[in-house]
Amino acid sequence: MAVRLRHRALARWRPGREIGEAIMISGLGAAFFYLFAFVAVGSAFMVIAARNPVHSVLYLILTFFNAAALFLLTGAEFLAMILLVVYVGAVAVLFLFVVMMLDVDFASMKRGALEYAPIGAVVGIILAAELLIVLAGAAFDVEKPAQTALPAPNPVVRHNTAALGDILYTDYIFFFQIAGIVLLVAMIGAIVLTLRPQRAGVKRQNMSQQVARTPETAIDVVDVETGKGI
Amino acid sequence: MSADFLSQGLALSIPELILAAGAMVLLMVGVFVPADRANATVTGLAVALLIAALGWMLFIGGRGEAFAGAFVQDGFAVFMKALTLIGSVVALAMSVGFARAEKFDRFEFPVLIVLATLGMLLMVSANSLLTLYMGLELQSLALYVVAAINRDSVRSTEAGLKYFVLGALSSGMMLYGISLIYGFTGHVGFAEIAAALTGGERSIGVLFGLVFLIAGLAFKISAVPFHMWTPDVYEGAPTPVTAFFAAAPKMAAMAMFVRVVMDAFAPVTADWRQIVVFIAIASMLLGAFAAIGQRNIKRLMAYSSIGHMGYALVGLAAGTLVGVKGVMLYMAIYLVMTLGTFAFILAMRRKDEGNVENIDDLAGLSATNPVMATVLTIMMFSLAGIPPLAGFWAKWYVFLAAIEAGLYPLAIIGVLASVVGAYYYLRIIKLMWFDESVGGFLPVAAELRLVMGVSGLFVLGYVLIGGPIAATAEAAARTLF
Amino acid sequence: MFETYVVPGLIILLQTLVLLVSLLVFTAFILYADRKIWAAVQSRRGPNVVGPWGLLQSFADLLKFILKEPIIPSGANKGIFLLAPFVSAVLALAAWAVIPLDDGWAIASVNVGILYVFAISSLEVYGVIMAGWASNSKYPFLGALRSAAQMVSYEVSIGFVIVTVLLAVGSLNLGDIVLAQRDGLGTRLGLPNTFLDWHWLGLFPMFVIFFISALAETNRPPFDLVEAESELVAGHMIEYSSTPYMMFMLGEYIAILLMCALTVILFLGGWLPPFDFAPFTWVPGVFWFVLKLCFVFFLISMVKAFVPRYRYDQLMRLGWKVFLPISLFMVFATAAFLKLMGWA
Repeated sequence: MAVRLRHRALARWRPGREIGEAIMISGLGAAFFYLFAFVAVGSAFMVIAARNPVHSVLYLILTFFNAAALFLLTGAEFLAMILLVVYVGAVAVLFLFVVMMLDVDFASMKRGALEYAPIGAVVGIILAAELLIVLAGAAFDVEKPAQTALPAPNPVVRHNTAALGDILYTDYIFFFQIAGIVLLVAMIGAIVLTLRPQRAGVKRQNMSQQVARTPETAIDVVDVETGKGI
Repeated sequence: MSADFLSQGLALSIPELILAAGAMVLLMVGVFVPADRANATVTGLAVALLIAALGWMLFIGGRGEAFAGAFVQDGFAVFMKALTLIGSVVALAMSVGFARAEKFDRFEFPVLIVLATLGMLLMVSANSLLTLYMGLELQSLALYVVAAINRDSVRSTEAGLKYFVLGALSSGMMLYGISLIYGFTGHVGFAEIAAALTGGERSIGVLFGLVFLIAGLAFKISAVPFHMWTPDVYEGAPTPVTAFFAAAPKMAAMAMFVRVVMDAFAPVTADWRQIVVFIAIASMLLGAFAAIGQRNIKRLMAYSSIGHMGYALVGLAAGTLVGVKGVMLYMAIYLVMTLGTFAFILAMRRKDEGNVENIDDLAGLSATNPVMATVLTIMMFSLAGIPPLAGFWAKWYVFLAAIEAGLYPLAIIGVLASVVGAYYYLRIIKLMWFDESVGGFLPVAAELRLVMGVSGLFVLGYVLIGGPIAATAEAAARTLF
Repeated sequence: MFETYVVPGLIILLQTLVLLVSLLVFTAFILYADRKIWAAVQSRRGPNVVGPWGLLQSFADLLKFILKEPIIPSGANKGIFLLAPFVSAVLALAAWAVIPLDDGWAIASVNVGILYVFAISSLEVYGVIMAGWASNSKYPFLGALRSAAQMVSYEVSIGFVIVTVLLAVGSLNLGDIVLAQRDGLGTRLGLPNTFLDWHWLGLFPMFVIFFISALAETNRPPFDLVEAESELVAGHMIEYSSTPYMMFMLGEYIAILLMCALTVILFLGGWLPPFDFAPFTWVPGVFWFVLKLCFVFFLISMVKAFVPRYRYDQLMRLGWKVFLPISLFMVFATAAFLKLMGWA
C-alpha cells in the first residue's frame, strides 16, 4: 500500500516537529515506562484488593490512565487519547455511577468469596505455571510478526492517527462494519431490556406544540356576565 | 486497497448485507407500524429477509474469498449457512403463535434474531480469528438479550444473566487463546496459521492457545465441561427462544469449530484430536445420564442437545473427509429433529394452563391426540437412534468415520451412551402410549403442524432421500480439504 | 545529561509556571467580570469595595478562603473528599498545556492536541462525582449523579462538533486548526483574509451547538443543575468550605475559560487577526486570542444573566434528541460537501 498524502495538513508536514521516532524506549523514556508500568500493575492489584468498591473503580481509572501513558510512550498517541476519552471519560464514569448507586454490602460478599479462595488460588497457580512454562519454553517469536504484519508507518512521514485511519477504513473495513453492528445490537439490547412502554394517561411535554402556540390558540376571550362564573 | 477489494467482498457477502441492512430497516418498520401489529409484521418481514438471504446464497451468490482472506464463502460454508438460516426461519415462524398467546409481542425479537443470524453467518464464513471472534460476539450479544427478553419473568432474566456471565467468561478464554496463537504464529488468518504450523517445530504456546480457543468453542456448542449454562437457559428462556437456541447457533458454532480445527490447525491434528475426543466422550456420557432424572421437557432437550453435540464431535475427532461429512450430516439431521420436537413442545398448550412443559403432561396423549403423539414418537425414536430413522443414519456416519480413523474406543463409548440415552426417549413414548390420560392439548396452529409434518416425513423418509443429501455434504466437505 | 535533560526540563518548568500564574491572575479578573456583568444586567453595582471599582475583590476572596478553617464532615470518606477538588482544579489546568496562545506559543504542541483537550475535559466530571459521593450526603450525591449523566451526554455532541472541524482541517493539532482558518469561505469567494474565513461562518450550526454544549459541559447556567441552588443548595459543593471549595471554584472557572479557548481555536481563528492587513497585523497574536476569549466569556456570562435554568428532562432532550441528530447529520453533510467540492 503506497503512502498517499490525503490531508492538507499532511501536505504541509514539517519534519522533526513533534513525534519521537524511537520505538525502543531508553533513557528518560524508560524511567517513565517503569514508573507508569509499576503504577498500572499496582493499581490493577488494588482494584481487586480494595475493600470499598468505589475505591476499586477509582483504582481502575488510575490503571486506565497509566495504560494511556504507556501507549503515549510507545508512540500510539491516538490510542492513548481514545482510551482516555472512551474508557475513562465515558465507560468508567457510568461504571462509577452504577457502583455508587448500588446498595450492596460488598464487605460481606467478600467474606463469602473467601470460601472459594483456595479453589481460585489453585486455578490461578495452575494458569501461572502454564504461562511460565510457555514463556520460558519458547519466547514470543518477535521476528515473525515483524515480517508478516503490515510494515509500521514511519512516523516522520505519517501521523499515527492518519495511519490508523488509512487501514481501518480500507483493509479492515469488514471488521469495522461488524464492530458497528455489534454496537447496534448492544444498543437494541439495552433498550429492549429496560424501556418500559409508556403508561396511558401520563401527560408529556410536547416541545413543538408549545413552540407552535400562538395567542389565538392560547387565549380564549370570554365575555363574563357579572355575578356568574365561566 | 482498490475498488476490486471492496466490490468483490461486497458481492460475496450479499446474504450478510441483506440481513444487516434488512435488520436496520425492520427496526424502523417496527417503530412506525402500530404496536399491536408490529410483532407479526416484523416477524413476517424477517422471515422474508432470511429466505431472501438463503435464496441468494444458494442460487445467485458466488463462491470464493474476500476481504484479504477474512471472509470465505465455500461449499462447506454454504451448506452450514443454509442449515443455520433454515433453523432461524423455522424458529422465527414458530414464534408467531406463542408471541400472540403469551403477550411476548415485541418487535425487537425478530430483529435480534436476524442480527444473531447475521453473526452466525459471519462465524461460518470466518477465515480468520478476527472474523471468528467478531461474528461470535455479534451472535452472542443478540442471544443474551433474546434469552432475557421476557424480562418480567424471573426465570427468563436469570437465564439471560447466567448465559451472559458465562458467555463473557468463555469469550475471555477464547480471546486469551487467540492472543496466544497470534503471539506465537504471528497471524490471525487460518491459512497463514496453518502455513506457520506446517514447517518446523510447533511451540507449546500455540498449543495453549489452541486449548483456550477450543474451550471457548466448546462453550458455544454447549459441550461438556462447558455445558452448565445449557439446561438453565433452555428451561428459563421463552420456548420459541429455546427452539432457536437449540437450532441455529449450534449449526454455526459447530461449523466454526470444524473450520478452525480442520483449516487452521490441520497440521497439528494429533494435538487437538485428544481434546475433541475427551469433549465428545464427556458430552455423550453426560447427555445420556443426566437427562434421566429430568421432569421438564425443555431441560430434557438441553441434556439431549449436549449428548448430540458429543456424537457430532465424534465425527470431528476423526479429522477426515468422512468425519467432516459425518458432522455436517449429523448437524443437518439434528436440526430437523430438534425443530420437529420443539414444534411439538410449542404445541403443548392447554386451555386454562397455557403452555405446559412437564413430561408428565404428556401421559396418555395417544388417546386424546394420536397425530401429535405419533409425531413425537417418531422424533424420539430418531433422537434415540433407532433404525431406519434419520437419527440412526446420523450416528452411523460419525461412528463409521471414527472407526475408519481407528478411534475404536470412542465409537464403542458412543454406542454405549446412545443405548443409555435411548432410555429416556423411550420413557416419553411409554408415557404417551401406555399411561392414563391427563387431558389433551388445544388444536395445533398451522405453522407448527407444518413443521411437525415436514420434519416427521424427513425423519421417516431419510433412508430414501439420504443418498443425494450425503453426496451434497460430501461435495461441500471436500472444499475444506 | 545536563544539556539533554536538565536544561529543557527547566525551560518547560519555567514556561509552565508563567502560564499557570498568568492564567490564575486572568481567572481572578474573569471572576470579577462575571459578577460585574451579571450585576449590570440586574441593575446592581456588583463588587465595588475592594480596590478601585472593586477590581481586587477576587484577591480578597482568595485570602478569605485560604484563612478559613476547612471543615470535613465526620461521615465523609476523607481521602476522596479532599482529592476531589484537586482533581477538579488540576485537570482543568492540565488541559491548558496544549492551548496555543499564538503561533507556536504552546507548552506542548502535540499531534493529537484536540483529542487531549477533549479527553481532559471529559475527565472533569470525576471531581464532581467524587465530591458528591465522598460527602456522604443526599444533595451532593444527587448533584453528582446529575452531572455524570449530563456531561457524558453533552460530550457526544461536542465530539461530533470536533469531528466536523477536523474534517475541514485535516489535522488534530490545535495550531494547525488555527492556521487552517487563514483561508476559508471568504478567500474562496475572492476576498482577502478576514474573519469571514474562520470556521464560525462555514460551520455555523456547529458553532452554535458547540457553544451550548460547552455551557452544559462546564455546568454553567442555564445547565447548572448540578449545583441548582433552588433544588440542591449547592450540589456537590455543599459540604466544602475554605480552600477545597476555592479549588472547586477555580477548577470550574478555568474549565470555562478552557471551553472559551477551545471555541476561539475551533471557530474564531485563534490568534489570527480579524483582518489580515496593516494595522491589525501589527498587534501580537496573543492579544487577539485574549480578546476573542473575553468575547466568548462575555457571551457565556450574558447567558447566565438572562436564560432561566433548564429542567433536567429538557436538558437530556436537548442533548440526545436535538444536538446529537443535528451534529451527526452535519458530520455527514460536511464530509459529503468537502468531497464533492474537492476541498478535502
